Amino acid sequence: MADEKIPRRDFLKGAGAAGAGAAAIATGLTACGEETKTAQATAAPAEPEVWHTLNATEAEFIKAAVDTLIPADELTPSGTDVGLATFIDRQLAGGFGNGAKLYRQGPFLPGKPELGYQLALTPREFFRAGIEATNEWTKKTYGKEFDRLTQEQRDEAMKALESGKPEFTGFSSAMFFDALLTITQEGFFADPMYGGNKNKVAWKMIGFPGLPASYREEIKTYYNKKYDKEPQSIADFS
Amino acid sequence: MVTKLKEVDAVVIGMGWTGSILSRELTKAGLNVVGLERGAMRTPREDFAIPNIRDELKYQHRHELFQDTAAETVTLRHNMSETALPMRRLGSFLPGNNVGGAGSHWNGATWRRLEVDYIVRSHYTQKYGAKAIPADMTVQDFGVTYADMEPYYDKFEKLCGISGQAGNLKGQKIEGGNIFEGPRSDHYPNKPLARNFAASTFETAAKNLGYHPFPQPSANASEAYTNPEGATMGQCVYCGFCERFGCESNAKASPNVNILPVLLPDPKFELRTHAYVKKLNYDKQQKKVTSVVYVDTRTGEEYEQPAGIVILGAYVFNNTLLMLYSGIGTPYDPVTGKGVVGKNYCYQYTGSGVTVFFDDKETNPFMAAGAFGSIMDDFNSDNFDHSGLGFIGGGHISAGLSNGRPIGTRATPPGTPKWGKEWKAATAKWYRRWFDVSGTACNYAYRDNYLDLDPTYKDVLGRPLIRMTFNFKDNDRKIGAFLSQKSFEIAKTMNATIVTPPRYRDGDYDSRPYQSTHNTGGTIMGADPSTSVLNKYLQAWDAHNLFVMGASTFPQNQSYNPTGPLGASAYWSANAITTQYLKNPGPLLHA
Repeated sequence: MADEKIPRRDFLKGAGAAGAGAAAIATGLTACGEETKTAQATAAPAEPEVWHTLNATEAEFIKAAVDTLIPADELTPSGTDVGLATFIDRQLAGGFGNGAKLYRQGPFLPGKPELGYQLALTPREFFRAGIEATNEWTKKTYGKEFDRLTQEQRDEAMKALESGKPEFTGFSSAMFFDALLTITQEGFFADPMYGGNKNKVAWKMIGFPGLPASYREEIKTYYNKKYDKEPQSIADFS
Repeated sequence: MVTKLKEVDAVVIGMGWTGSILSRELTKAGLNVVGLERGAMRTPREDFAIPNIRDELKYQHRHELFQDTAAETVTLRHNMSETALPMRRLGSFLPGNNVGGAGSHWNGATWRRLEVDYIVRSHYTQKYGAKAIPADMTVQDFGVTYADMEPYYDKFEKLCGISGQAGNLKGQKIEGGNIFEGPRSDHYPNKPLARNFAASTFETAAKNLGYHPFPQPSANASEAYTNPEGATMGQCVYCGFCERFGCESNAKASPNVNILPVLLPDPKFELRTHAYVKKLNYDKQQKKVTSVVYVDTRTGEEYEQPAGIVILGAYVFNNTLLMLYSGIGTPYDPVTGKGVVGKNYCYQYTGSGVTVFFDDKETNPFMAAGAFGSIMDDFNSDNFDHSGLGFIGGGHISAGLSNGRPIGTRATPPGTPKWGKEWKAATAKWYRRWFDVSGTACNYAYRDNYLDLDPTYKDVLGRPLIRMTFNFKDNDRKIGAFLSQKSFEIAKTMNATIVTPPRYRDGDYDSRPYQSTHNTGGTIMGADPSTSVLNKYLQAWDAHNLFVMGASTFPQNQSYNPTGPLGASAYWSANAITTQYLKNPGPLLHA
C-alpha cells in the first residue's frame, strides 16, 4: 500500500496539525497543535516520547484515540497533549495493566454482561487485542489503521465501537470502547503525577480545586458561591 | 505442617468494627485475646496522611484499601439454573482489607434500625394480613427488639462521636430530627454537620411538601471529640475524600481511630496481622469450636490456635464461608427450604431517583463529608400506609453530594454524548451544578437468594469461593418505581433548570457499577434454630463458644447502612458473653 511508504509519525503530524490548528485559530489559545509545539520546542526541548509498554502501532493508536475522545478545543489541549497516552502506557505497564486485583483462575466462560469481566486477558493484553481488532476493522472498512484516518473517520469509527457494531472475536467492540473511554477519563481527571491531566487542565476545565487541606470554613462561606481557586495537586503539597 | 499454638481465652477473626469492639470488651472482662487479621497494619498517621491519601485514582479506582480479588472473590449467578461466574474485579460492592477493615474506608453513615425493621414478618402479617408477604419471601423477625438494642446503639454512637439531630428523645418527638426513629435515651454526642447546597435545597423542598427531613447521622465528627474510651477525634474538614479513603484528620470514626489506640497497648491483647484464617476446627459432639487454623500470608505456614471462645468478625462472605467450609451448622437448601447457613442473603436496592441541574447555582460538590446531606424517612419501612401498593418495606430519600472527585462523580444532562467536544463542554458547564435526589431501599429475603460453596472456583487457599445466587425481585422494583416517583415530585419543586425523568434499577442485578457495600445475611440470627444460624445473642446454635458478628447476622436488610446496627449488636453480644457466658459457658438459650 502506498501509505506504508509514508513514515507513520510524519503522516500523523500532518493530520494532527490540520485538525488541531483549526481549534487554535478558533480560540486563539496555545498548546493545541503540532505547530504550537514546534514553536515551543525552539524555546525548550520537547520531552522525548518514551513508552514503557506500548509498541509503535499501539502508541499511535492510543494517541489517535485519546485525541478523538478528548479533542483539543478552547477548553483544553488534546488528549495526547495533556499526557493521556503517557498515562495509559504507564497504567498498562504497571500493576493494574498486569492484572493486580484481578481474579484470574479458570475456567474462563462467557457470561452475561452483568456478571462482569470474564476474559483470561490482563488489561495490558486486552488493550493489545482491542487495538489489533479495531485496526483490522478500520482497515477493512476504511482501508487504513485507525490512527491514519481523517478526524471525521476517527469520530465515525469511535461511534461505531461505542455502539458495538464492529464484530470482534472473543469480546464486543463496545466492551473495548468502554475500557478505552474509562482509562482515558481516569487519566484526564486523575492527579497529574500519573502523567495525564498535565498542568491540571481537566481540573481547571471543570472547576475542581484538587486537594486543599481543609474546607472547614469554606463549606459555609462558599455556600452557593463559586470557589474559583487555582487547583492544588499532590506535587503542590509535597 | 501445622504448628499448634498455646490455647488463649479468646480468638477474634477480623479486625474491623466488630472484631475491634469484641476484642476490647473481652480484654476489659479480663480475657487474654488474640486478634487475627488477614491484611496488614494500617495507622492513620502513616497510611492516611495528606497529600497522598487524596489520590482518587489509587484509592477509589485501583482499590488500594479493598479486598484483593486476585486472592478471593465470590461467584455470581442470577438464579439456580445458571452457572455462576467469578466477580473477577470488584464493582457493585467493596469489602475491606487490613486492620480497620471496611471501617477505615466507609463514609460514616450511622443509623439505628426502625422499630418495625426488627419485626418485619410479624408486623406486616399483623397489620396487612399474611398475604401481604409474598409466598417465597423469607423475611424473619430478628429475635430481638429495638428496645433491647437501644442501650447498645447509644454506646456505639458515643464510641464513634456521631453527629446528628435526635428526632425522638424518650418518646418526645423533636422537629428537625427523624421523627420516625424509635425512642432514644440520649442525644447524639455531636451536633449535625454543616449542610451544603444540595442538602439545604432538598430540606426546603421536602418540608414544603409536608415531609420530615433531617440531617444524615454521621460518623464524621462536626466537632473535635473524645470518646468514652479516651480516644480522640478531630473535626471534619469537609475534604470530599471520605468513602474509599482513610481520614487524615482522624475525624471519621474507625476502629483505627476510636478503639485500636486503647486496645493495642493492652497487654491482654495480641494482634497478629497477615493471619488469614482458613478453617475452624469443630467438635460436633461437644458442639464447640476447638481451634482456628490460619495461614501466615508472608510465609505460607499454617498455625492452629486453640481458644476458649471464637469470635467470627470477618465480612459477610467470609463469615459464611468459614461456617460452611468448617462444617458448622446445616447448609441451606433452597429447594426444600431446610438448613440455615447461607440463607437469606440480601443486598441494598439503591439509585431510585432523579438528577437535578441548576445553571445558575454553585453546588461545590468537592466540599463535602462522607455521610452528608438531608434525608427523609416518610416512605421508609412502614412509616406510610402500604395498603394497595403491592410491596412491603420502603426506603429513605436523600440529597447531598458526598464528594466531587472528578473521575467518578460527574453528571451531564440526558442526551449528552459520552466523549468529544460536546461532552467536554457539558462536563465543564455542569460539574459544579447538579445533585441527585434519590432513594435507598431495603432488600428483603427470598427463598432463592442465598450463598453456598461454588463447585468450580477456588480462592488462594484452595477453598471454594462463596457462590452468590441473587437477583432483585418485584418487591424491590416496585419500591424503586415508587421512590423514584416521590423523588421526582420533590425535585420538581426545586426550580431546577433540568430534572431528569425518574429512574430505578428495573433490570437484573448488575455486579459492575458500585451500588453499596451493604451485603447481608448468610449466618442469620433468630429465635428458632431451624430457621437461623445464631440465637439472639449471636451465639451459634451449633457451637456454643462461637459468636458471629456483623451484617451476615441480619435476616434481611433494612434501607439503612449496616454499620450502626452491627456496631450495636456487637456490644449487645459482648455484654451477653461477659455477663452470662463467662460464668456458665454453654448455650445461652435452648431451642
